[in-house]
Amino acid sequence: MVPKIMKDEVAAVNNEEENVQEAATVSLDVNDLCLWYGKHQALYDVSIKIPANKSTAIIGPSGCGKSTLLRTFNRMHEVSPGARMSGKVHLFGEDLYSPEIDPTILRRRVGMVFQKSNPFPTMTIRENVLVGLRLNGVRDKKILNERLESCLRMAALWDEVKDHLDRPGTGLSGGQQQRLCIARAMAMEPEVLLMDEPCSALDPIATMKIEELITTLKTKCTVVIVTHNMQQAGRCSDFTAFMYLGKLVEFDRTEKIFTNPDKQQTEDYITGRFG
Amino acid sequence: MSTTSLLASSRQNNHLWRKIKNWLMVSSSIGSALLVILPLGLVLFYLVYKGAAAINLGFFTNVPAPPGDTDGGMANAIVGSFLLLGMAVLVGAPMGILGGIYLSEYGNEKLNGAIRFCADVLNGVPSIVWSIIVYEVLVVPMRGYSLLSGGIALGLMMIPLVLRTTEEVLVLVPNSYREAALALGIARWQIIVKIVVATAYKGIITAVLVAGARIAGETAPLLFTAFGNLNWCTGLNQPVAALPLQIYAYAISAYEDWHRQAWAGALVLIGFVFIINISVRFMTRERKA
Amino acid sequence: MSNATLAVPPAPPQAPAKKWGDQAFKLITLLASLSIIVLIVALGYILYDSSKLSINKFGFGFITGTNWDSVAGIFGALPYIYGTLSSSLIGLLIAVPLSVATAAYLTDLAPVWLRQPVVSIIEMLAAVPSVIWGLWAILVMVPFLRDYIYPTMQKVLEPIPLIGQLFSGPIYGVGILSSGIILAVMIIPIITSVSREILRSVPNIQREAAYALGATRWEVTRIAVLSYAKRGLLGASVLGLGRALGETMAVTMVIGNKSDISASLFAPGYSLASVIANEFGDATTPMHQSALAELALVLLGVTLTVNIAAMLLVKTFTTKETRRVA
Repeated sequence: MVPKIMKDEVAAVNNEEENVQEAATVSLDVNDLCLWYGKHQALYDVSIKIPANKSTAIIGPSGCGKSTLLRTFNRMHEVSPGARMSGKVHLFGEDLYSPEIDPTILRRRVGMVFQKSNPFPTMTIRENVLVGLRLNGVRDKKILNERLESCLRMAALWDEVKDHLDRPGTGLSGGQQQRLCIARAMAMEPEVLLMDEPCSALDPIATMKIEELITTLKTKCTVVIVTHNMQQAGRCSDFTAFMYLGKLVEFDRTEKIFTNPDKQQTEDYITGRFG
Repeated sequence: MSTTSLLASSRQNNHLWRKIKNWLMVSSSIGSALLVILPLGLVLFYLVYKGAAAINLGFFTNVPAPPGDTDGGMANAIVGSFLLLGMAVLVGAPMGILGGIYLSEYGNEKLNGAIRFCADVLNGVPSIVWSIIVYEVLVVPMRGYSLLSGGIALGLMMIPLVLRTTEEVLVLVPNSYREAALALGIARWQIIVKIVVATAYKGIITAVLVAGARIAGETAPLLFTAFGNLNWCTGLNQPVAALPLQIYAYAISAYEDWHRQAWAGALVLIGFVFIINISVRFMTRERKA
Repeated sequence: MSNATLAVPPAPPQAPAKKWGDQAFKLITLLASLSIIVLIVALGYILYDSSKLSINKFGFGFITGTNWDSVAGIFGALPYIYGTLSSSLIGLLIAVPLSVATAAYLTDLAPVWLRQPVVSIIEMLAAVPSVIWGLWAILVMVPFLRDYIYPTMQKVLEPIPLIGQLFSGPIYGVGILSSGIILAVMIIPIITSVSREILRSVPNIQREAAYALGATRWEVTRIAVLSYAKRGLLGASVLGLGRALGETMAVTMVIGNKSDISASLFAPGYSLASVIANEFGDATTPMHQSALAELALVLLGVTLTVNIAAMLLVKTFTTKETRRVA
């Protein structure tokens, strides 16, 4: 059963976005995005303007398309066979899907952290952080060492690992591994950092550390975080988008979504009446 | 007799018969298993019993001698086998590994299915056929048997073996590593070489070793390619001795001396094959732990 | 929204900005994997090309002819086809019951601690090179059979009508039966390990269902496991047959190398692979070489047909879902 969104409701969403746009420069601008996996449609006409240097949370019940939406921001969905999309995504005014854009180069500008931490098992901590730079041709030892330290500091991992940078990355604890992955993504100095449920496999203390990190990270780049944990969205995001069954239901400032949402569906979800 | 007691007694008999039958079948399956492993025990026993007596220093340092002359050896055949094996790995490993990479990292179901099928078919090609093929393609144009053609014959046989195992090993590398690397904007081929293959390198080495052990004992592919040589091989385009060829030649001879040498050669060959197989087993066990 | 499937846009144009390195690497790996297909085609073509001379001269008579005389230039392959088939079938007859019983023992009947060691031993059995089996067979097994087993077999079996013929005549030691026995030893590992895979793939609920009916261990194996896996076991056996048909060295050493078709299993024979192994190096006339190449072509055709049939039979059992990867 697909609950219909009334025409005027869509208009209302757009109005909210206008307000959002006033608040900050737009980093990612999504227009009428539809996406199919084979014959199954996963996203329906999603339009959203994600502000720069803020953190935006995408929430919604599982299967609502929030991870899929995130993956269209760095074209990772193209990796899955049979995925097709229509619509536009602009990154600071640049069309991500224009033929001139090389997805490989795009992904250097839009970093990503995954649900399950995935440091490369054959590499040390140092190599893990620097692998992106090295494979993209950075050879200068001095730059690499500086970047290593700054990224590990940014990920609040430096003090814990500085004495054993040449140990394998997989020897760290789950939370440390996830912060290592954040450092690895930040080493590319991305303009946007996508986080796909980065804490879902972590204990509360490790989760807290990563949530704290997000405050630091958004001074460097735009953060978009997908989470099924509403409290988390409330704690660490400036803006929140609520998605349901492949549609964007509502997008606004986080405190507005959590205190006074416009849509009944949003309110139902926030208050735990479904999902 | 009432019907119930009749039923009960027949059930009793039936049950006894079933128990006996169960016992018979289980013991005959044990008997089969014993019979199956018996030949291995016998072969190993004879190899050690007959071969060890014939192995001495001269066996590893001398070239073959005529019957009656007791200080002949298989030095040239042992070296020749290593040369052939090395060349086979040079031909077979890169082709097999790269092909396996294609199946695991690119490829589509249809093409992969076809290539897997063809690889399995190739594994079933009688080894003597490879000898004739390489003879026609290399030995005839080169006007002579050679180390090169022997190595290539063995190498071609390695390709499907290495390809299939490489694919199986690479598919086991979790997708999350590929995704993480993609999200860093690393080029696809670098992801494959530096991340995927680097993660699975032990498995790939294992694949090459296992294939190497498989072909190390092959004789038929060498018959009309490497041909054999009673002396040292002097060049890539010269015939070369190989352990299996030498064992074959000695085994079908009529001389007691040569039979002893054949046993000794067989002991060395099987020792080599088993050492590779056992070390591979240790490597894979370590990987699982 | 209900007509969503109609609105599916065409697949996006492939990003043209793919980098040079990526394209080159993909191409190299593609070529390497295609080499497999090229090899198969090349095998068939080269053998066909080399045997053209013989094919044109003898036609179908090559297969039915019983005379092989390289001096007179007459080539008929029937004795070799007979030798290959009869020794392989004997090998199969011995190997299949032993292998299936061993596989059943290893999957269902043996104590768990014993299974892995026995499996390892069977893997080692498979690793013994053909030439070493040949060496052992010709120097140990054949003399033993000739002196102790065959005379007894002849005494007991020859008087029996019909099958008595198979055990008549002089005993040389080497011959069809001996090569069948050594072939059995050599194909047992492959049949056992494939059978074991197949038996292991029988769902456990099948076994549990049989146990729940009060079946004994053997009955469970027979009703739930063996009958369920019949097709797969047939495939495993046919795979073993494919191996036996193409086996060269050990057979060459024990089959006797005499191109006769004799009713007796004690009589020496000759196999396709053995003739090639013995004569190809010395063949001086083009016709002789060509006839030997045609033997190889026949051998290739038969083994590939058998192997493909076996693979199709086994495949229905162990269809492994290969995970699609990025």
